[in-house]
Amino acid sequence: MRYIEPHAHMVSRTTDDYEAMITAGCAAVCEPAFWAGFDRSGVQGFYDYFCQLTDYEPKRAAKYALPHFCWLCINPKESEDMVLADEVLSIIPYFLDRPTVLGIGEIGLNKNTRNELKVLERHIDLAAKHDQLILVHTPHLEDKLKGTKLIVDALKADSRIKPERVIIDHVEEHTVDLVLDAGFWAGITLYPESKVNAARAVDIIEHADVHRIWMNSACDWGHSVPLAVPRAAAELRKRGHSAEAIDGLIFGNPQRFLGQSPRFKTA
Amino acid sequence: MNRQQLLDLYFMEARSKLIDLAAFLDRIDRGEGSADFRFDAFKRALGELAKGEPQRAKNVLLSLSDPTTEPIERSPGKGAVGAYPNTEAK
Ligand SMILES: [Zn+2]
Repeated sequence: MRYIEPHAHMVSRTTDDYEAMITAGCAAVCEPAFWAGFDRSGVQGFYDYFCQLTDYEPKRAAKYALPHFCWLCINPKESEDMVLADEVLSIIPYFLDRPTVLGIGEIGLNKNTRNELKVLERHIDLAAKHDQLILVHTPHLEDKLKGTKLIVDALKADSRIKPERVIIDHVEEHTVDLVLDAGFWAGITLYPESKVNAARAVDIIEHADVHRIWMNSACDWGHSVPLAVPRAAAELRKRGHSAEAIDGLIFGNPQRFLGQSPRFKTA
Repeated sequence: MNRQQLLDLYFMEARSKLIDLAAFLDRIDRGEGSADFRFDAFKRALGELAKGEPQRAKNVLLSLSDPTTEPIERSPGKGAVGAYPNTEAK
């Protein structure tokens, strides 16, 4: 089995996880910029983080022969402070030329506030100006439905944005159609509690247009499972899906989306 | 997969979750004081299961969602609690 982990916060994981992932067949890992679990004290904290994502982490992954790519942004959880957000937005272009940067992400909304929405629009503008792919985080739990609708509207309001170059992540049963019907890609995040488990992911896949769906673990510093994608593949097999169909979902689909960046490659 | 195969695959797990749910409701009943809006939202969402409609998972999620459409002025904090106080206003 081979698979791509298109969304994982590896800076929060140990090398044991890299070892387990390559043993399970991981052929590339992509890491969106993320909230650290605490608010960074200023733009310098983001500068260091972007250096870590674009320089140190690819080297760490390379020791396991695993290509590592990243996405850059200020996470919506830190977007309430507009002054900080603008400072971070201003340094992102300096990193966009680095060889493993795939695009802008994971941008989006957290509590669906006006400031978060403004910062989202500025990220969309930055992505459009620099012709970058976009990876979007949708809010959690009770905020997801409203946030997904606001995000879809913000993306559609910018005529420069091509939906096939945008993935909207963390969809669930009540948001997957909103995303796919608008022409975007949809990410299913496999999480032990707060998002979708493997059985529900297979349910969604069996009832949606699978050509624009990927699955990811979004593993981070919280309760999460770095091998969630291969485990979902096992669930697909139990449910009678062919090896070819499973390969299409866990390798072919993410490769097709990420391959829109000439930088992306697999091991 | 046919229904028999799906039952073979998932019945024991779903049975266990059903008992967990029953025990959770009993536990809340036995607790002291009053429950907040989350418990009402939970019971409303439970009602979706009994309706026998085909999209129960989607309907449970919708019933636990913020039904408003405008962005809010300021964030009350970073976290989400899993239910919305005024879902009845839908
Ligand atoms: Zn993430």
